[in-house]
Amino acid sequence: MSRQSLAKAHQKIQELAWEPQYHEPYMKYKTDYTFRKAAKKDPLKQVLRSYFPMEEEKDNRVYGAQDGAIRGNMFRQVQERWLEWQKLFLSIIPLPEISAARSMPMLFHVVPNPELHNGQAIQMIDEVRHSTIQQNLKRLYMNNYIDPAGFNNSLRNFQSDYCGTIGRQFAEGFITGDAITAASIYLTIVAETAFTNTLFVAMPAEAAANGDYLLPTVFHSVQSDESRHISNGYATLLMALSDEDNRQLLERDLRYAWWNNHRVVDAAIGTFIEYGTKDRRKDRESYAEMWRRWIYDDYYRSYLVPLERYGLVIPHDLVEEAWTQIWEKGYVHEVAQFFATGWLANYWRIDAMTDEDFEWFEYKYPGWYDRYGKWWENYARLATPNGHHPIVAEDVDYVYPHRCWTCMVPCLVREDMVMQEVDGQWRTYCHEVCRWTDAEAFRPVYQGRETPNMGRLVGHREWETLYHGWNWADVVSDMGFVRDDGKTMTAQPHLDLDPKKMWTLDHMRRMGPLLSPNVILNEMTDAERDAFKADYNRQGPAGRSAPSDA
Amino acid sequence: MPGPAPWHVPAASQNSLCPPNGEAETTPMTTTERPERSVPKPVFTDAEAGAREFPDSSAGARRYNYFSPAKRKQTHYEDVTVEVQPDPRHYLSQGWIYGFANGETGYPLHWTKLKAWGVDEPEPRRGPGTGGLHVQNWPAHGWHEFRDPNEEWEQTLYRYNANVVRQLTQNVDNARNSKAFSLWASNWVHFVERHVGAWMHIEHILGLYVFAANERSGPTNMHNTAMAANSARKIRFAQDLALYNLTLTEEIDGFDGTAHLQAWNSDAEWQGARALTEALTAVEDDWGEAMFAANVVFEPLVGELFRSNLVMQSAAPNGDFVTPTVMGAGENDYSQRDLRWTVACFAPLTQDKEFADHNRQLMAGWLTKWVPQALESARTMQPLWSAADHKPPRFEDSLDRAKNRFAGICRDLGLDSPEELKQ
Repeated sequence: MSRQSLAKAHQKIQELAWEPQYHEPYMKYKTDYTFRKAAKKDPLKQVLRSYFPMEEEKDNRVYGAQDGAIRGNMFRQVQERWLEWQKLFLSIIPLPEISAARSMPMLFHVVPNPELHNGQAIQMIDEVRHSTIQQNLKRLYMNNYIDPAGFNNSLRNFQSDYCGTIGRQFAEGFITGDAITAASIYLTIVAETAFTNTLFVAMPAEAAANGDYLLPTVFHSVQSDESRHISNGYATLLMALSDEDNRQLLERDLRYAWWNNHRVVDAAIGTFIEYGTKDRRKDRESYAEMWRRWIYDDYYRSYLVPLERYGLVIPHDLVEEAWTQIWEKGYVHEVAQFFATGWLANYWRIDAMTDEDFEWFEYKYPGWYDRYGKWWENYARLATPNGHHPIVAEDVDYVYPHRCWTCMVPCLVREDMVMQEVDGQWRTYCHEVCRWTDAEAFRPVYQGRETPNMGRLVGHREWETLYHGWNWADVVSDMGFVRDDGKTMTAQPHLDLDPKKMWTLDHMRRMGPLLSPNVILNEMTDAERDAFKADYNRQGPAGRSAPSDA
Repeated sequence: MPGPAPWHVPAASQNSLCPPNGEAETTPMTTTERPERSVPKPVFTDAEAGAREFPDSSAGARRYNYFSPAKRKQTHYEDVTVEVQPDPRHYLSQGWIYGFANGETGYPLHWTKLKAWGVDEPEPRRGPGTGGLHVQNWPAHGWHEFRDPNEEWEQTLYRYNANVVRQLTQNVDNARNSKAFSLWASNWVHFVERHVGAWMHIEHILGLYVFAANERSGPTNMHNTAMAANSARKIRFAQDLALYNLTLTEEIDGFDGTAHLQAWNSDAEWQGARALTEALTAVEDDWGEAMFAANVVFEPLVGELFRSNLVMQSAAPNGDFVTPTVMGAGENDYSQRDLRWTVACFAPLTQDKEFADHNRQLMAGWLTKWVPQALESARTMQPLWSAADHKPPRFEDSLDRAKNRFAGICRDLGLDSPEELKQ
């Protein structure tokens, strides 16, 4: 920009602040929070005259790197194990990004501070950037990676697939319900401030270790915008804290947002980083180590805890519980095992863990082999079709799990599963906090207080319900996870592209029907349900059936 | 899972360059003994396109195959935009998973009274054993046919706006270096500080509280992204004017950098435009009406009237060749981009195969509602045509030009010019 200093320029554009004189703007989005007008400063101090050239320059670097990667034959060195998981990740992430853009006007409507609106508007533009730059990265992978299947139909797949539906919480949660719960607490205070560290910093490092330096190029460029968004959330949070009446809602929303982000992001990114890599150097960080550094230390201890002095009630217990889930209860390993169990309902290929992987897991997570090793050996044994079914229909001592009604990740830590009849339907939850989220938090009354603007959990949240009683071949066809020969499945439980070793719809046709655990649960008598729960809570780890001697 | 915390590394192994027990002192390293660094090793994987043949390995499989392009070949813009915002009438088989308190979910089609063909068809009713019920004949409704002719995505957005601000910065710097501001007639200085300055508020309000405020409401990603891009241009233009005002404050003795606030808040000439601008932010629950009223009615009858037919016509005779370049950037935003997407969005609705009459009547009603307000605002601004020493074309001639322009836009949309235009 010209000789005007940024501070001066930023000061000048504050003269644009608008106080309505003739008509109040229509407030479409609502909140149960109350805000007093406050002279909170725009933390971004961004002026568009410098912003647009800056972002253009960042773009030029990204696109230059992409040209270089293609000319340098990057895909001759990319690990297929890694790129396959990108079919899931890059089908999900453009929607959360564009949803973040869509959530910004919700804040204009409820946060009475014109100066903050400037920052929110710039975040809106940033998020359009992120969504389209990520769609473009996926397009580049599709064009240059050996196997385009799964990239080429990614948005159809994502919208039909249960993993995509889990991921959609990280999008719909930003744009629906109470505007502050959604666009401020869930999006900026928790998702962006805590979990983009693992999404956009830790994961790209793993990509580079697997020969993919385009993901880091794009996502570090994205992350350099995120730091500004974090400031947006902080400023709004401080405004909310200035009103005592908001504290009960802040406590509720922090508990919900923290726990849901943990359930969703740790499930997905933990799996990508631990099971999508071929880098088994002992001194590279595990996901648990990364989590401890990026989320526990950088977010919880450095960002969240200091807010206690402003009266924010921090969910210390849930932070510790999330860590317990990851470290002691093997949450990420359980999720990865489930994704592999259900490989046939996916649209990417998942190969078996090898001896080298086993050694690394055992080093990083002592006791891992005793829990998961045998199952992965079975997975490798059953990888190519040879007269047997996919692993989900074979006897490998794995009980197909029920789905959590709230976070939609299955109830994999079996001992934690709880049930409740809600809205006339028996529902399973992976954890007490997910039960609380559905049965208590997302309701029009919370702890005796009217919360008329709180959102609702809706939709066909258990994927299997839609296909209850269907043959697996018809399920896969209906979802569209089939290659262009009309019979070979997009997903495979190995990385061998020899057509003779690939599973087809004919193999699926031989399996029994898919049954919905939730439909079955609701057909049970009360006594049967109680017995079911008692048995379920004794199952595991690694999905093992309950011991018969107990 | 029991065991030591994984982040706890025994002190002795923390740095391999400093072995314990003083070993380093007794066995000094030579340059040829440098320990191997722990870094990922490149591996030849041969995972590039074309390395093997298998189902889906052909070149034909290397395109997004989940949407139909508007033309024969799908564009880059379509690839990064279409279907990113899902639709339960297409692939979203589990439906939206979060709802508002009133039961609304996702992007309801009734958030405007406009209708595109197919919107009254019910969503597929899914339940136990129904399968995904993906809509086979796509698009399921006419809203999905819209494509922004500007093809806005991040690269176009940043390239365009970065070019504009670079050009403006150069223009203003050149003017400063050549002392061009000293040539301005004194009345023109006051006109610019007061009235050109006042216009920044309109752009800012429209950018934030009309365009950005509605980019959550449109039925498809293409609509919402077009609104977001329109918003970005408006906010940029408002800031262009504010920073130009700051430059003039620094460069022209006696230039009052706060006069625009006084004009905006209390000058009678501005209160009509202000009331109308604020009314645009108050459109209730109809993104279509807000966009239509802003870009079809307000912009030609008030925006271009002021920017083109007053400021850009008046500046040169008053010694000012700089302000038209600043105003011209905003004028170009509207005429070349904002209006283009607006016509592409609304014109097909007046020819819609199912709801053409409904939409034409609705838009005619909007014209009846908004055109008189716009003309009243325009007439309230009339004294500005006499404010400078060297006068622009007569107000009535300027207004006639604006009306002709507006009538042309109505024709492009397939609408009759409203009777109210004769006022």
